[in-house]
Amino acid sequence: MAVQTDLIKDPHILTGKLHWGVIPYTDPVVLPVMIAAVLGGLALFALITYKGWWGYLWKEWITSVDHKKIGIMYVIVALVMLFRGFSDAVLMRTNQALSVADEFGGGYLPPEHYDQIFTAHGVIMIFFVATPLMVGIMNVVMPLQIGARDVAFPVLNSLSFWLFFVGAMLVNISLFIGEFAATGWLAYTPLSGIDYSPGVGVDYWIWALQISGIGTTLTALNFVATILKMRAPGMNLMKMPVFTWTTFIANLIALVIFPILTVAIGMLTLDRYFDFNFFTNDNGGNQMMWVNLIWAWGHPEVYFLILPAFGMITEVVATFSRKRLFGYVSLVWATAVIGILSFLVWLHHFFTMGSGASVNAFFGIMTMIIGIPTGVKLYNWIFTMYKGRVELTASMWWVIAMLITFTIGGMTGVMLAIPANDFMLHNSMFVPAHFHNVIIGGAVYGYFAGMTYWFPKATGFKLNETLGKASCAFWFFGYFFAWVPMYFTGFDGMTRRLQYVDNLDWITNMNISLFGVALIAIGIGLNLLCIAWSIYKRNEPEYRDETGDPWDAPTLEWYTSSPPQFYNFGHIPHVDDLEPLRKMKKDGVAYQRPEKYERIHMPKNSWMGPVVGLLTLPMGFGLVWHIWWMVGASFLAIIAAWLRFSFERDKDYYVEVEEVEKIEGEFLAANQGRRFTNGLDH
Amino acid sequence: MTTTSNAVDHHDDHHHEHEAHMAEIGNFGFWLYILSDCLLFATLFATFAVMSQSFAGAITPGELIDINLLAVQTAALLLSSFTFGVAMLAAHKKNMFQLWLWLVITGLLGLAFLAMEIYEFQHFAHEGATPQASGYWSSFFALVGTHGLHVTAGLFWMVVLFFHFRRDGFSSSNMQRLSYLSLFWHFLDIIWICVFSFVYLRGLM
Repeated sequence: MAVQTDLIKDPHILTGKLHWGVIPYTDPVVLPVMIAAVLGGLALFALITYKGWWGYLWKEWITSVDHKKIGIMYVIVALVMLFRGFSDAVLMRTNQALSVADEFGGGYLPPEHYDQIFTAHGVIMIFFVATPLMVGIMNVVMPLQIGARDVAFPVLNSLSFWLFFVGAMLVNISLFIGEFAATGWLAYTPLSGIDYSPGVGVDYWIWALQISGIGTTLTALNFVATILKMRAPGMNLMKMPVFTWTTFIANLIALVIFPILTVAIGMLTLDRYFDFNFFTNDNGGNQMMWVNLIWAWGHPEVYFLILPAFGMITEVVATFSRKRLFGYVSLVWATAVIGILSFLVWLHHFFTMGSGASVNAFFGIMTMIIGIPTGVKLYNWIFTMYKGRVELTASMWWVIAMLITFTIGGMTGVMLAIPANDFMLHNSMFVPAHFHNVIIGGAVYGYFAGMTYWFPKATGFKLNETLGKASCAFWFFGYFFAWVPMYFTGFDGMTRRLQYVDNLDWITNMNISLFGVALIAIGIGLNLLCIAWSIYKRNEPEYRDETGDPWDAPTLEWYTSSPPQFYNFGHIPHVDDLEPLRKMKKDGVAYQRPEKYERIHMPKNSWMGPVVGLLTLPMGFGLVWHIWWMVGASFLAIIAAWLRFSFERDKDYYVEVEEVEKIEGEFLAANQGRRFTNGLDH
Repeated sequence: MTTTSNAVDHHDDHHHEHEAHMAEIGNFGFWLYILSDCLLFATLFATFAVMSQSFAGAITPGELIDINLLAVQTAALLLSSFTFGVAMLAAHKKNMFQLWLWLVITGLLGLAFLAMEIYEFQHFAHEGATPQASGYWSSFFALVGTHGLHVTAGLFWMVVLFFHFRRDGFSSSNMQRLSYLSLFWHFLDIIWICVFSFVYLRGLM
């Protein structure tokens, strides 16, 4: 990653710009990671081969079009990438803390390596941790919440996952072959142009984002169609659970903004590969157009990330307060209003561009207005808890951590929204402190709340409560230790992205921050331990979820077994309430055998997603290194595979009534004689 | 999954009902795709607007655009939308010969459009208006070229559809495919009208 390689100006016809010098085997930081990754990969490969698991993996996971399995795969990749993104964070914090104590002489990471680390950290955390964690949970939960058998386009869903997977792999390959971008996560021009970044780092950035971005666009299309066209009978829009609403608005946003990213990256590609002049310094290029385009995508993108987290918080609060959600209608409207306003604030990322007082004032005011619907949501959650019988489960711990942390982050956001303030704070450490405050405190805690809550639904067993709460506590305090000192250094004028810090006044801040990172590291460790321990204990009664409804919850996803059958519901119930399962329990009609089952139409597994998706890996790699035969061959193979798939006939099948009856009988038997207590008196 | 049967079972009401529902979802999905493609072009148009004066001393469009060629080119594409409409009518009457007659005419008109576009690009480049010449020409070629690539994809799709129809005739999935292509083709027409107005006519002003 760190080596400054000799640039090959004329790519070789077979190997492009590749040569042995691009592998950073002399770098003491990268080499151990590389050895570990290669050995670990080989060991995993050997284990799977030795155990004969390839067939199982191919049939049950890789080619699966089941939204629940695809969701689980998203979450697994997200957690693996979290490990890498967090390692980058540790490297940055230790380097800054060491560099401020002068005797270490400017930290242990050279500048060109450090720059790649903060770029990779941002890219990984947003695109390959937060996004897949959220898309994974949406995949598992949303179709179940609306009583659907799968998403609208199951094969497309599989393709989306594999495109995302290839994007993540390209970022990881860049660690070992060549370098990653050293430009910051949004690759501002002209720095990311060919004149200032002549290496392949930006090209890795381009193709990782372009390929995974197309996957996200397809997911958005898929989910919007699913929510609008496949709800259970009786579930009109205003009876949709809030998580489904936030998923809907978030994906509507994604469907509209990701084409902007596609085009912006496409234009940067033309600049870099064919000497176009979109963002160059000369020949009429315009760098601020890049900044505008990237934020016209980027700001709605952060709402794409956080709205589903709001939805997860809502579901958890409603279940564990043991009473009906407060202010459903206002929550829905707040979500929709945030969705619209998210398109009207992008300029607040560059008030200092100099667009004039009136433009800055408009965007400043719009940014502050977003605080209103967000505040509505916070009050909704608090009032739901008010006079409820709150059960402080691990997921409720995450919710409360989120309410506190996110509120503080929101307030520092309003400070930044005032253009006059922003001129002081722009590009200072105050800005990362703010957005980590809302992304960790809002989105990540929300995802963890949702993951803890829906884990038994996806797997059939609960997570350990004590370890979950401990993890939450370490994250919660770790966050404040790590970032509150940075608000102060930001006020003091410390800029972002410093490879070394030479102001001794900040040594205490740096060390407190490093301590915070250690706490978060323990939090992440406990997170992983919690999952591992729960897997180990999964067959014990206090972990096992026999009923499919371990929390005594109000919504439809709990009205089926855990994990649900491949067809989700034996019989799709008629929905006539916002909290259909709670109403069924109240009326005493839950878990009763329907009059008759019907045969169920299901899509077959498909090779198309993994084959076409994985073929974009050599294509992206070839594009990065200018290996044109590899690009051409992969492209033709993609077209051929696509054509072959389009001529396939045998894409679906029926599950017969007898089989449904057999499976459902066992599930209903597990629910005989259950007593329900969850807020039935409300 | 032992007691399963194949879904290709045409004497089943449940199956037909299901198929109609799937077709409805498919149509809706394709409209959503068109929406996201709209945004793709919107971004290119916005870029073109920002770049519309960034000539950087290079040649300007007013000196190059040939309004006669443009008229023929536009007429070819608009006419192809009409002929595609006639082809759709033939498909609804299940008349294979007429369907292919009109689709071939549509394809030839699309090819003619592309040929004129390629000729024009070459001519422009010869006169010094290369994509590298200035910000203006970068955005011009990106926008017009993206439309051209879409037309190329549409033509390729037509060829693929030929083989689909040859194998399965007027099956419901083929009719669906045809209607998607038709939607796509008309959409490209609308985009071209915007290109014609905002890029070429404005360039001539």
